[in-house]
Amino acid sequence: MVDQIFHQLIIPILLILAVVIPLTLTVALYVYWERKVLGWMHVRMGPNQVGPLGLLQAFADVVKLICKEVILPTSANKFLYYTAPLLALIPALAAWAVVPFGARFAISNANAGLLYLLAMTSLGVYGIILAGWASNSRYALLGAMRSAAQVISYELAMGLCLVCVLVLAGSLNLTDIVMAQGGHKGIADWFMWPLLPVFVVYFISGVAETNRAPFDVAEGESEIVAGFHVEYSGSAFALFFLAEYANMILVAFLASILFMGGWLSPFPESVPFLGHASFIWLLAKAFFFAFLFLWFRATFPRYRYDQIMRLGWKVFIPIAIVWVFVAGCMKYYGWVHIGTGG
Amino acid sequence: MIDPSVFQLVCFYAFAAVTVIAALSVVTLRNSVHAVLALVLTFFSTACIWMLAEAEFLAIALIVVYVGAVMVLFLFVVMMLDIDQEKLREGFVKYLPVGLIVAVAMLVEMLGLIGVRVMHAQTMGENPATAAGMSNTAWLGQALYTQYLLPFEIAALILTVGVIAAVALTLRQRTGVRHQQASEQVAVKASDRVRIVKMAAERPADSQPAPAQEPKP
Repeated sequence: MVDQIFHQLIIPILLILAVVIPLTLTVALYVYWERKVLGWMHVRMGPNQVGPLGLLQAFADVVKLICKEVILPTSANKFLYYTAPLLALIPALAAWAVVPFGARFAISNANAGLLYLLAMTSLGVYGIILAGWASNSRYALLGAMRSAAQVISYELAMGLCLVCVLVLAGSLNLTDIVMAQGGHKGIADWFMWPLLPVFVVYFISGVAETNRAPFDVAEGESEIVAGFHVEYSGSAFALFFLAEYANMILVAFLASILFMGGWLSPFPESVPFLGHASFIWLLAKAFFFAFLFLWFRATFPRYRYDQIMRLGWKVFIPIAIVWVFVAGCMKYYGWVHIGTGG
Repeated sequence: MIDPSVFQLVCFYAFAAVTVIAALSVVTLRNSVHAVLALVLTFFSTACIWMLAEAEFLAIALIVVYVGAVMVLFLFVVMMLDIDQEKLREGFVKYLPVGLIVAVAMLVEMLGLIGVRVMHAQTMGENPATAAGMSNTAWLGQALYTQYLLPFEIAALILTVGVIAAVALTLRQRTGVRHQQASEQVAVKASDRVRIVKMAAERPADSQPAPAQEPKP
């Protein structure tokens, strides 16, 4: 009995904590990094007062947010108003259950891992919609509507891109997908080359799905103040923030795992030391994609709403559909090398 | 020691109870947004039950398609509605007999169907996916694309026809609408829009030097 409790309860909880706590810390440092990068791109300093180099700024902000009162707007729906941040955060954290960090490091090495991810990322939109509706505010409702339409449109393109990956890899298991990108040629074996168009489509859809600039019409500070979370304050707002950044980091990790060989080295196996597969490679790739999010935000002006819809439905989905057929041909005629792992 | 099969049974009853309670609250809750959320919970716990039955592809497809897309649009529409609850409840007594008759008819039919099935009861074989030694998704894909290819393609074709019909029914040609042509907008050159004119620098004869100080507002 004790043995069973230890193996089926204590160990999974420890594993979950081992992912969620570093993730939360990463979110804090990512926010700091974002403000720093934006600062440099605007030719200013960024946060530099709290702690050495301003490193403790994010933690100071968290303490401030937790100490503040969570205000309930008049005639807001109390139950849904307080549930919405949780509904945004839970799928964002639950999705990490199947993300592999190395050949044998994943909380759950589920067979249908990719499907599970698709399901979890599609649930996150409920938090946004309900927050917008329960706030009883016009701005919030407008933000929620925009976000719902946008997330559903880009989810289709994203799903079709994932279909291309799983056609080539022949598996829904994320570890198998990374192993299918292994080979003797290092970077040349990754799926980003045969699937280059859908790789680009996937990452841009990921940016749109997480409601980040230049697709951040759901928040649209200049038009609808702050969109769906305009009425939220204190720790409830912090939860939305945490969910959004956890989702961004998730998209960065997934782009690395699905298209850029995950923890595999870009160098051929024959290269000493650098050729070894390692967790460091995955972190480096994910960091690169996470940086792209910030770069986009500092560089591009916000899309107009009809342009977002046109891009999603008339450009990305056709490209992805065509590439599903191309990927099928690649697999059938054996044009690409599919690693078997080991 | 907790027996896994007992635990599975307990889980099944728990999920089933949540499903039934959520389904009941869909029709009893007063707030329509709450009712839609109860429907979401119904789908979700149904997916959990399917997951227990080792139908992982169907379970996750249910969440992706119904919870993730269909119900979001549904919620979207319901949130926009301004429903007067009192007005909706006005006809309750009037329609109650009709509703009861329909409900009883459906119950009898369902019981009859269950009875017929019980008479022809045959024990379920082993899970074909586990028997074939592959994952549920892989087995389902193989069955759909080999054994049931024709019915599957026909179903897909019918759905496509449905989509096209829906678009064709609601499409109307409107006159006097000005559309933006994205390709033309992208292809435009600076020379189409701006004309650079060279002008000789000259100074009017009666011009005065600018005042040294701006007048104070």
